[in-house]
Amino acid sequence: MPYEAWKDNEYIESLVKELQESGANVVVGSLDKLINWGRSNSLWPLTFATSCCGIEFVSLGAARYDMARFGWEVARSSPRQADFIMVAGTIVNRMAPVVRRLYDQLAEPKYVIACGACAVSGGPFKKSYHVVMGVDQIIPVDVYLPGCPPRPEAMIYSIMQLSRKIKVERFFGGVNRQQKQADFLKEHPIEGVED
Amino acid sequence: MANIQETIAKLLPEATFEEGDILMVNVPDAKWHNLAKELKENKDLSFDFLVTIVGMDWTETLGCIYYLTSTKHNTHLSVKVTTDNREKPMLHSVSDLWKIAGIFEREVYDFFGIVFIGNPDMRRLFLSIDWKGYPLRKDYDESADLNPVTTESERQSDFTDTYVETPDGTVEKKEVRVFAPEDFVVNIGPQHPATHGVLRFRTAVDGEIIKKIDVYMGYIHRGIEKICEKLTYPQTLHFMDRLDYFSAHPYHHCLCMTIEQAAGIEISRRAQVIRVLMDELSRIASHCLFIGTYCMDLGATTMLFYTLRVREQILDIMEKTCGARMTFNYECIGGVMQDLHPDFVKDVKALLEVLPKNIKEYNKIFTGNVIAKNRMEGVGYLSHEDAINWSVTGPSGRASGWACDVRKTDPYSIYSELDFEQVVREEGDSMARFKVRMSEMEQSAKIISQLIDNIPDGEYCVKVPKVLKLPVGRWFRTVEGCRGTFGIYLESNGDTKPYRLKIAPPCLPAASVVDHITRGSKIADLITIGGSLDYIVPDMDR
Repeated sequence: MPYEAWKDNEYIESLVKELQESGANVVVGSLDKLINWGRSNSLWPLTFATSCCGIEFVSLGAARYDMARFGWEVARSSPRQADFIMVAGTIVNRMAPVVRRLYDQLAEPKYVIACGACAVSGGPFKKSYHVVMGVDQIIPVDVYLPGCPPRPEAMIYSIMQLSRKIKVERFFGGVNRQQKQADFLKEHPIEGVED
Repeated sequence: MANIQETIAKLLPEATFEEGDILMVNVPDAKWHNLAKELKENKDLSFDFLVTIVGMDWTETLGCIYYLTSTKHNTHLSVKVTTDNREKPMLHSVSDLWKIAGIFEREVYDFFGIVFIGNPDMRRLFLSIDWKGYPLRKDYDESADLNPVTTESERQSDFTDTYVETPDGTVEKKEVRVFAPEDFVVNIGPQHPATHGVLRFRTAVDGEIIKKIDVYMGYIHRGIEKICEKLTYPQTLHFMDRLDYFSAHPYHHCLCMTIEQAAGIEISRRAQVIRVLMDELSRIASHCLFIGTYCMDLGATTMLFYTLRVREQILDIMEKTCGARMTFNYECIGGVMQDLHPDFVKDVKALLEVLPKNIKEYNKIFTGNVIAKNRMEGVGYLSHEDAINWSVTGPSGRASGWACDVRKTDPYSIYSELDFEQVVREEGDSMARFKVRMSEMEQSAKIISQLIDNIPDGEYCVKVPKVLKLPVGRWFRTVEGCRGTFGIYLESNGDTKPYRLKIAPPCLPAASVVDHITRGSKIADLITIGGSLDYIVPDMDR
């Protein structure tokens, strides 16, 4: 995809800038690049869907949209084997502990895409008594994808955006993303569980 | 109608009647169980199909409206039972007569707090065990502080309550175990690829044999019925797309019809035809996806790619006209949102041309396959009687020999003028449920081919007042969704917002019957049986 076609370059650029502020070692920097190249090109999703968006995710896997082109087709049913979780659909109060547990079970490095209006903010169910208004209340989110449901093209875009984000991540020495994640989890502890 | 009224008046002199689109009987709670028994077993009445139980809160009284249908005489009846006690409301259970009432009553208990005396399992159905308040009561406190979002796993209990009436008239609460102490219980779901969404089964197994399944729902309960009470009539429509997202058109059709009937709006012939065309197109698309995912559950992944090819073609047709691939929001009060796309007729004809070839191909790849036969034939048998008793409608019910297609039994819109057959099979196993859906695609194509060449001219949407107020009253309409009988109960008190909008989904009975069907079969067959019933979890949870 050409550079101009991306929608929020400023965000990724500020991320790169932030990472490069302290400078990078030639060896470590090159190794980082290699590792990130590998990671960003074989993202394995978790088969997880609660409602409508999940069906568009099925379409994404079929021949027409064919996510195998990008190396994402290995949808895993166990969180222990998956790289990212695409929260496709509404998350309700009863489901919240389950989503959190699934997230905790993902092996590092792990990523989250909030897919669809419900996962982003509660969407059409804003007035409900039993809906979590945005999945970012319970797990840290990397990419927000609006739409009700988002088209498969939009889903492709969001996962590509995620792999772009991974490409600028720092594996050795850097704290950037992992630190943020740790901070989030510290702010949102699971009640009743002692570390 | 008069005949039923006379018979009931003879059986129960104190019953009062209310005329409406469906006759309503007011019954005191003490006499309800005896009357229910008569209603079901009396040869002249034989109301054997319990369509739904509508829980109600009329601020002073709480109560239930039971919608009954006789499959023998094709007659309808509704029964109203109320209680004045808001603190500890109690009614008598009918779960011993209609099996599905057990689940319906749990739903009413969950939403209104009405306890049913004699129901063996009085747990909450959708909300967690510690949920405070009953959300569909009018005085429910919705503040998030009362029931906060938590990441702590919810409390589980191995016990359930049951209320028994002693001979001297007092009601006793008893604790009963859900599973026997020696049972080995395996948890399946809510995140499991074969449960088709977030459904959870607690399965007691003896080796490989299933002893009992406890179905846990509510992992996608979004409180749509309560939200609808806060919105105006046109605003409630779009939730129908998000229930069963494959039956978006038929569900929309149902709510629009109910509101139009209540407001006395006549819609144009063109709008009728467009609605039916869209219903049938979505039926084909829905069954295509069913076949694809079902075959994938059974290990034939390739089929998904073949069936989605046709589905994508249909979605393209819909996208051109409706502007969306899935949640269309196309039907509106008074007709449809916009006119058909100029390419519509051409595209649909192209679809009709390829569809028979595709169905033939599906049969060639999968239906005759020896592995498919071994896994499906004779697995998950549901008898005719049980299908009615558990209210399993739609293709799953028709596979058990129950002719329950609303398009035939209670024709709405223009279905009475169309020439098509109701697909009914007698085997009642998973294979039959699969084959019924396969044949239904052909029937839907037949309907479309009758209409596509003569779509009448005219306006696609009649003028409807900007602020729509419905007269005081109650209405109940059913349509044939892609998965069975879908009902809408609407009660209005003359306002711009519904007083109560109850959704009667076909998937709730389909998921409830899993326990009954799977008992005694192998645990691997749970996937086959669950898949063949084709339930959609957001539909049952609402």
